[in-house]
Amino acid sequence: MRRAEIITAGLMALLSIYLMYKSTELDIGYIKGEGPGGGFWPFWLAAGMLLSCVWIAINWVLKKSPPSQSDEKYLDSYGLRMLLLVGGGVTGFIALCHILGFYGAILVFLIYYIRFLGRHGWPATLAISITTPIVTFLFFDIAMRIVLPKGYLEPLFLPLYDFFF
Amino acid sequence: MEILGLLLDGVFIALDPLNIMLMLIGVALGLFIGAMPGLGSVNGVAILLPATFLVPPASAMIFLAAIYYGAMYGGAISSITLGIPGASTAVATTFDGRPLALKGRADLALVTAAVASFVGGSVANVLFTAFAPPLASVALDFGDPEIFALMLLAFATFVGLGGDDIPKTLFSIFFGLVMASVGLDIMTGEPRLIFGDITGFMHGINFLVLAIGIYGIGEMLWTIDSTRGNLTMTEAVLSIRRILSACRESIKGWKGTAIGSFLGFFVGILPAAGATPGSLMAYGVTKMVSKNPKEFGKGHVGGVAAPEAANNSASTGAMLPMLTLGIPGSPTTAILLGGMVIWGLQPGPLLFQTQTEFVWGLIGSFYISNLFALIVNLAFIPLFIWMLRMPFTVLAPMIFVLSVVGGYAATQDMHDVWLMLIFGVGAYLLRKLDYPVAPAVLAIVLGPIAEPKLRQSLLFSSGDPMIFLERPISGPITIIAIILILLPLFKLIRDKFKARKAAAG
Amino acid sequence: MAISRRHILGLAGALSIGALVAGLPGTAAAWEPTKPIDFIIMAGKGGGADKMARLMQAIVESEKMASKPLVPVNKSGGSGAEALIAAKGANDPDHTIMVTLNSFFTTPLRQPKLGIDIMTFAPVGRMAEDTFLLWVHKDSGIKTFEEFLAKAKADGNKWVMGGTGKAQEDELLTEFLNNNFGLSIKYVPYKGGGTVAKQLAGKHINSSVNNPSEALGFYESGDVVPLVSFTAERLPLFPDVPTLKEKGKDFSYGMQRAVVGAPGMSADAEKYFQDLFAKVYNSAKWQKYRKDKSLFGDLMAGDALKAYWQEQRERHRKMLTEMGAIK
Repeated sequence: MRRAEIITAGLMALLSIYLMYKSTELDIGYIKGEGPGGGFWPFWLAAGMLLSCVWIAINWVLKKSPPSQSDEKYLDSYGLRMLLLVGGGVTGFIALCHILGFYGAILVFLIYYIRFLGRHGWPATLAISITTPIVTFLFFDIAMRIVLPKGYLEPLFLPLYDFFF
Repeated sequence: MEILGLLLDGVFIALDPLNIMLMLIGVALGLFIGAMPGLGSVNGVAILLPATFLVPPASAMIFLAAIYYGAMYGGAISSITLGIPGASTAVATTFDGRPLALKGRADLALVTAAVASFVGGSVANVLFTAFAPPLASVALDFGDPEIFALMLLAFATFVGLGGDDIPKTLFSIFFGLVMASVGLDIMTGEPRLIFGDITGFMHGINFLVLAIGIYGIGEMLWTIDSTRGNLTMTEAVLSIRRILSACRESIKGWKGTAIGSFLGFFVGILPAAGATPGSLMAYGVTKMVSKNPKEFGKGHVGGVAAPEAANNSASTGAMLPMLTLGIPGSPTTAILLGGMVIWGLQPGPLLFQTQTEFVWGLIGSFYISNLFALIVNLAFIPLFIWMLRMPFTVLAPMIFVLSVVGGYAATQDMHDVWLMLIFGVGAYLLRKLDYPVAPAVLAIVLGPIAEPKLRQSLLFSSGDPMIFLERPISGPITIIAIILILLPLFKLIRDKFKARKAAAG
Repeated sequence: MAISRRHILGLAGALSIGALVAGLPGTAAAWEPTKPIDFIIMAGKGGGADKMARLMQAIVESEKMASKPLVPVNKSGGSGAEALIAAKGANDPDHTIMVTLNSFFTTPLRQPKLGIDIMTFAPVGRMAEDTFLLWVHKDSGIKTFEEFLAKAKADGNKWVMGGTGKAQEDELLTEFLNNNFGLSIKYVPYKGGGTVAKQLAGKHINSSVNNPSEALGFYESGDVVPLVSFTAERLPLFPDVPTLKEKGKDFSYGMQRAVVGAPGMSADAEKYFQDLFAKVYNSAKWQKYRKDKSLFGDLMAGDALKAYWQEQRERHRKMLTEMGAIK
């Protein structure tokens, strides 16, 4: 934890500096007779982020915040495995949305999660994985008229549109 | 007395069988749309607007208002059961609603939310009926400096929100405010902070992208990690008796309900403010006046009641400037306004005189919709509790699916879905180190209102910041806000001083 | 990239549902949409362009003019840059149309990096041209354009004009007044026309150049007064308000409300949408809206619309250059 605390503060400080740098694309000063320029707000607030990081670092040196005193591991083996399996699963899910569209991706993701991470039986897995995309389609595409991307599965949906509209 | 007569006529118009049916369908639809993360009343009203051209304008408006109402009730449901705010108006509801649900008291939280919403809506309806025309002109007196002062006040009431680690709380607020400025700088018309020239940043970062990322994805990762995956959600058993006892218990939140009802209404009628700042301020104020502010954030009934009463009250309040002045107080009322124009009604100061039947029919329907929303909501509570009892390994992937779909639906851009994932994983990693995340969400909601108002005001005064203190309305608000911001600092110094004295003496 | 993907889609579509479609009568004739149509709105929710777009969608829907629904998507980012890029990169241009305003001309001029050539968009139909008037609050006591000039001149840069956006319509008009009448009005940008109208009614700003639809409510209640219109002829809704031409400057300026198709739209689809929006234009609801909101401009489509774009683009190039917003 202790090491993670200072590394994170450092990374966040770098992020703040990047944001400050990016803000300078517009005027960050106080224009006479007009008030703040376009970059004023993000620049000085990012500067505030940077100062907060410095403060966090000072607390770290003084060992004032709980994470800076803790000897616990920041990410233990369970945490890391979980992040890879679950976080990675969600990342894969979003990536699949580009290829199979939302409905195909939902099906695959639910099977992956419920069957392989959750270790539920096949009947339950399939029942949920197949119902969810259908309900989602009826709710979003048909009822709410929010058309979710279909990726390469689009042609399969054309007859459905003809049927519903 | 004349008003009572008009109101009675209005109620009769609203009680027309067609209107009753529309109200029932409207609140039920609104409830589900509101409960869906990523969709709020704006989406519901915008999407169903074209569907209303089949019925007369008064009925159409009654239907849309019912959706608006229902969505306000519904927002609380996902805040409490899933921990993801269903809409920006329900952000504050997660603060205490979620801990209650985790303690197995989801039923109490849901009932409190429903009752507080009902009371908030009712108070607002009475205020609306009685004071519509005079209050409308108050809204006009709020110029840019006044609105900025109000935003400052909203932040001030929230200073104590973050927790114990001051630099991390500040970091979170600043981060949210910087993210809020991504997109277009409206004062110069220049694109701003377009990272890597990706066009997806041009529309800015929608609050929902950050909120769903943090509360949907981040929260799930956090829960799985901290419970080692052995989570059986809540042991909520449900019976009529429990609901009744929850009703009794929810009365403990009366202070929050009262504060929310009135504060929400007045913030709601101010243009550009709307229900979100209203509910956040109500939460902050309730916490401030409470005898045990430490209990807030850990499952205090008042912390659920205040924002819920406020967002319903504010949504009624926001209708007021729309009908009387033709100024929308919130994005949802902007769409309603568009609808009225399509039906051939000109909202504005003359509407109350020229379209008496329409106006009073609508006001009458507010009372009835509010009651319907309460009943429909209470009737569905068992369903939501049942959802919570699903095994976590089924519930978690469903929440991920809802988050991803909701993140897309908000702006209909895949770019935002990826951004949401980044925010979610980032929030999880930061949260492990005690960084509070709620202040960032608050900041990204209020930032886009606050910054342009600040700069418009300063443009007026040719760069002189005294404009905020000199004006009769903004002056007092600004001063109160500054005092509230400085108060914790004074306390800190005083405590230090005392401690030193004690050590010396 | 987009083209190859479209081909694969088309091929897969033909294979998988070819049998289904072939069975239906009349599909070989005119082009028909096969899926919901993306209806991009170049402005945020609740504004003037958004209201108009949703009215068009409602007309199409309630009169069952199209077999598939129009799905409105607001893309307001970057003064319309986001919408232009989305339309340009649409992977199915036959099912992508967009509602545009004058930012259709100004944004590609101000941000040449976007690489947008508006002439590549399909000219579906200009549905109307919105008009502009100069408004002041009634408590200012100003009744005529001459009084306005005298007062604004005396106040110098203390006189504040509120308007929508930066380097867009409202500021162009303000700039015109400043340059041609020796004024130094201060311009304060707001997010939308409705906000501007409210600022004027609350006396937070001194004047505005709202569209009639934005200021109508306060006009009817008597709070705001129109002084002059930026049109070639007097508006039927405001017969007593003189035009700028009558005041000695031959100048008129309107806001296009046009529907365009994404670049790369097929000729058949273009024809389909031109017919669809001609029907919308001729519907009783649209005509009533035009009358109520004092809109000008007749339906314009095809080559005539393209010629109009050409002319408008050059005009805006000139105005923006004079203003110093572009080089």
